[in-house]
Amino acid sequence: MMEIGVGHYLTVAACLFTIGMLGIFLNRKNVIIILMSIELMLLAVNINFVAFSHFLGDLTGQVFTLFVLTVAAAEAAIGLAIVVVYFRNRGSIAVEDVNMMKG
Amino acid sequence: MSLMPLFFYLFSVLALASAVLVIVAKNPVHSVMFLIFAFFNAAGLFILLGAEFLAMVLVIVYVGAVAVLFLFVVMMLDVDFAELKSGFVKNAPVGLLVGGIVLAELALLFLAQDLGVSGQSVEAVADGIAAATAPVLPGEGLTGGAPVAGEVLTNTEALGRILYTKYAFFFEVAGLVLLVAMIGAIVLTLRHKDGVRRQSIAEQVARDPKTSLEVIKVAPGGAVIPTGDDAP
Repeated sequence: MMEIGVGHYLTVAACLFTIGMLGIFLNRKNVIIILMSIELMLLAVNINFVAFSHFLGDLTGQVFTLFVLTVAAAEAAIGLAIVVVYFRNRGSIAVEDVNMMKG
Repeated sequence: MSLMPLFFYLFSVLALASAVLVIVAKNPVHSVMFLIFAFFNAAGLFILLGAEFLAMVLVIVYVGAVAVLFLFVVMMLDVDFAELKSGFVKNAPVGLLVGGIVLAELALLFLAQDLGVSGQSVEAVADGIAAATAPVLPGEGLTGGAPVAGEVLTNTEALGRILYTKYAFFFEVAGLVLLVAMIGAIVLTLRHKDGVRRQSIAEQVARDPKTSLEVIKVAPGGAVIPTGDDAP
């Protein structure tokens, strides 16, 4: 079989990133699915980092992936906390209902 | 290593398929499950790339913490998810259009640029990772000293050696980010209900016998009638 190069991993990551973005567009109402789509996009970025780290022989990419994971975890925690508070106040998590600030 | 491409395609196809199912599943609980599955497959890809530590972190942190957090929230919120799904078909054309454009852009980028790393074989670079970390280290003062030439570093050890030396500051900042996120999540979701009896530690500690004990002389044949705070 053919050798797996960096291009293969980048292709997978690109597809994953696109799927994540598609998820944001398709589920415009559901905040939780949007957050999950963002997680998918960050995962695609991480795959890119690790692939380059491997094929360039430089561990910096993996260190940066660690930091991306940290920020993604923090983002998920804060985002879900906001969703919970929002649901308590409005009884809904639809993005279209977020208009209290008249923005 | 002829199994490498097989596993690559297995993990990639499963990851992409479960990613698609994350965004099209009707039930958000199923979405979370497919997200977990996608993370597992991404961890498999990481292992194929020789990043065992990150694969483990992905499984532990994401599957163990973040995805379960999602699961908690999905199950905690009493939302009519079918109603939230209603705009799916309406948004599909513009979503597919934008997705196609982005994918085309990324494909053009990949095709137009010479990545300059595609010629290397996997095995050659796997040794290169261990070798590449060696010059980064100052050598003296570290536990174990400078890595001897030919010494095989595991991925975790190599990552730890540069994470705690060269990137120590960033590591601490990452910890600070997590601390701020934790405090923020607590502050956002904490609420005080009225009518709930809470433990007041300060009051408990400040108690002393003078204020909490009362000596009552009971006359023979008399009765003690509770008064004040202790009255039922």
